Amino acid sequence: MAKCPECDAEVTVGSDAVKGEIVSCPDCGAELEVKETAPLALAIAPEAQEDWGE
Amino acid sequence: MSSPRVGVLLSRVRVEEKLLLGELESRGIETKIIDDRELVLAVEHRPELGVDVILERCIQHGTALYALSVFDAWGVPTVNRYEVAEICGNKLLTTMRLIRDGVPSPRTRVAFTPESALAAIEELGYPVVLKPLIGSWGRLVSKVNDREAAEAIVEHKDVLGNYLHSIYYVQEYIQKPGRDIRAFVVGGETIAAIYRASEHWITNTARGGQASNCPVTPELDELCVRAARAVGGGVVAIDLLEAPEGLLVNEVNYTMEFRNSIDTTGVNIPAKVIDYVLEVARAAS
Repeated sequence: MAKCPECDAEVTVGSDAVKGEIVSCPDCGAELEVKETAPLALAIAPEAQEDWGE
Repeated sequence: MSSPRVGVLLSRVRVEEKLLLGELESRGIETKIIDDRELVLAVEHRPELGVDVILERCIQHGTALYALSVFDAWGVPTVNRYEVAEICGNKLLTTMRLIRDGVPSPRTRVAFTPESALAAIEELGYPVVLKPLIGSWGRLVSKVNDREAAEAIVEHKDVLGNYLHSIYYVQEYIQKPGRDIRAFVVGGETIAAIYRASEHWITNTARGGQASNCPVTPELDELCVRAARAVGGGVVAIDLLEAPEGLLVNEVNYTMEFRNSIDTTGVNIPAKVIDYVLEVARAAS
């Protein structure tokens, strides 16, 4: 469990979460990136840039 | 030989990357995640990378393109290849390859000034579609219905944005039946396809388009395989439009998203991708 950097809500991720994964805060909906899994650390995910895509 | 070691070059672990990593793990394949944000390429010498093939899954086209260019120069097998990223990452280069190989696609004009862009738009006739050369998820793609809108869009593109927005890529607007087709080609085979339906003319599932299964007919398969071959092959997603005169290839994507297409089609897309990655590694060894 870790705090959402946007709204301070408590966010939990699945046990299979990996570094670099994107999760949503259940309270505020912010997109968060898993920076570390043990202990869990979250950061605001980067904003989409012009050349992002598939 | 023993199982190849797979490097996965990525920026963020989206659903697709998680599925691909899960597939590698379930097969017991030695996997190395390469975070493109931490990557420093000492370009003079090929280092010992500890992998036999690299699966590129970057979210930024620029990162993918230039990282692949280095791996290509080093002779490291990659999926996709550098050439495929270069062609598919640019709508004009893609169009020129489709034309070269006789793959039907919407009529296209390219112009380099606002005045000539307006002339190209009027020549094609309204409505037309203006697209940035580089970009995904339908962003900044504009349907232009009349002269006033054309003037406004062209002026905005001229004044705002970088120089790439002053290269005007104009296509005829295809009257499609409220949907388009996305087909997945892996190693020369069309493995699955979906319809993307939307009330909006932009049908990307990233923009709310609804996916449903599209049968892979021999006609669709043949056209998609030709389109994939035109851009250099590998793992690609082909976007097609159902025009009154037949199927047209609209775009080809090289780092495809497929999260909405596995359950929809019943095809294990990540397994097919990993099969192909291993095949590329074995062919190179």
